[in-house]
Amino acid sequence: MARSQTLMGPSTFSDPTFSARGPLSARLLELLRSAPGDDVDLLPLADETIDRAARLVHDDDVQLALFILYGLHYGSVVDTDDAWEWHPSLIAPRRRLESAFEAELRDNVPMPELPESTSSAVASALFTLTGADSGPSLSRYVAAKATREQLAEFLVHRSIYTLKEADPHSWAIPRLSGRAKAAMVEIQSDEYGGGRPERMHAAIFAGTMRGLGLDDRYGRYVDHVPAVTLASLNMMSMFGLNRRLRGAIAGHLAAFEMTSSIPNGLYARGFRRNGFGEDVTWYFDEHVEADAVHEQIAGRDLAGSLAEDEPALLADIMFGAAACLTVDGWAGQHILDAWTAGESALRVPLEPGAESSTPGGHVASGSGS
Amino acid sequence: MSDLNRAAPQIVACPNGPLLVRGELDLVTPEGDPIERKRRTIALCRCGVSAIKPFCDGTHKAIGFTTDP
Repeated sequence: MARSQTLMGPSTFSDPTFSARGPLSARLLELLRSAPGDDVDLLPLADETIDRAARLVHDDDVQLALFILYGLHYGSVVDTDDAWEWHPSLIAPRRRLESAFEAELRDNVPMPELPESTSSAVASALFTLTGADSGPSLSRYVAAKATREQLAEFLVHRSIYTLKEADPHSWAIPRLSGRAKAAMVEIQSDEYGGGRPERMHAAIFAGTMRGLGLDDRYGRYVDHVPAVTLASLNMMSMFGLNRRLRGAIAGHLAAFEMTSSIPNGLYARGFRRNGFGEDVTWYFDEHVEADAVHEQIAGRDLAGSLAEDEPALLADIMFGAAACLTVDGWAGQHILDAWTAGESALRVPLEPGAESSTPGGHVASGSGS
Repeated sequence: MSDLNRAAPQIVACPNGPLLVRGELDLVTPEGDPIERKRRTIALCRCGVSAIKPFCDGTHKAIGFTTDP
């Protein structure tokens, strides 16, 4: 419920739904409780935070800071004065953080061989890249083994992006033109329910969360997820909000759609195996059919056309696709490692009560144990 | 909108994949009953192994289905 508060005291903002994870995120949360005023130089603190981090993708303070800063553009992350969105004091450290994050990604994401800049060659290369993805199979684990407690943890991880599903890629719409823009809008229109708000994918996912007794308000579970889960969304926000990276966001969406239909069928199986009904599995069932459509549009008409129309973007298209697979692979590996070790995949376990609210559901005894 | 609806449907034969259908057409069972179409653009299975036929569920990738071209 952000509103203009310039003349009112800071105490009228609601408390954040999550806590700071270091000096930088603490300073940001403190600043956002005040009214925007004179410039504050956060660059020294941003630089210190970057220098201290071993890996930015796994650094809690860096990723939470980026999450807060991008959240000003999305809304409903931190309740604050809307005028902070474009305040130079916050844009400057965001650019510093995202430049360092982008550089680290470019150093660590394995780049595939570049295809020719034709629509069909790019689509084919993207299908090959995503088909060869040997990342951890969280979906197979969910289908065959996950407990109700683990299913709740899975939804908590997913909620960071999925309650805003499609939004990071929508930033790219005015940054694209012609065929690529038309393709992006064709996909996003379906993501947003084709004019029916109740069919919006984020809304269907909120229903899945409620079906497991989880709170579907955005940001409610930020404290529970590790840095890498925030990094996955931050990367999309960075790709979408920088026109320079429009190739990367197009490649990201293509890879995301191409690795969705089959895993979602497996997720649905895992929820059914645990006795959940269609109110819970609708989200996953919907994605089996929707993403089999979207992956064709994203491969040829979005990423392929963009490469054909702007060949200079080819490398970034493939980078965005590879980055999607790599970072989501790290996030999935984190969850799988914890579960196979018999531990919770969350930073802070869920309160007892989640995942127990369906008919016939047992009373939860906490999570991950 | 009405122009869009009047335009002839277009079917894209996706290499190694489904038939992508844009535009209005009647999708029916052999008895003529309508098959619910949940989105404007749909993908119809042509590898034969989809679990949600007549729609595509992406399984063609898992079985190595190929087309020429």
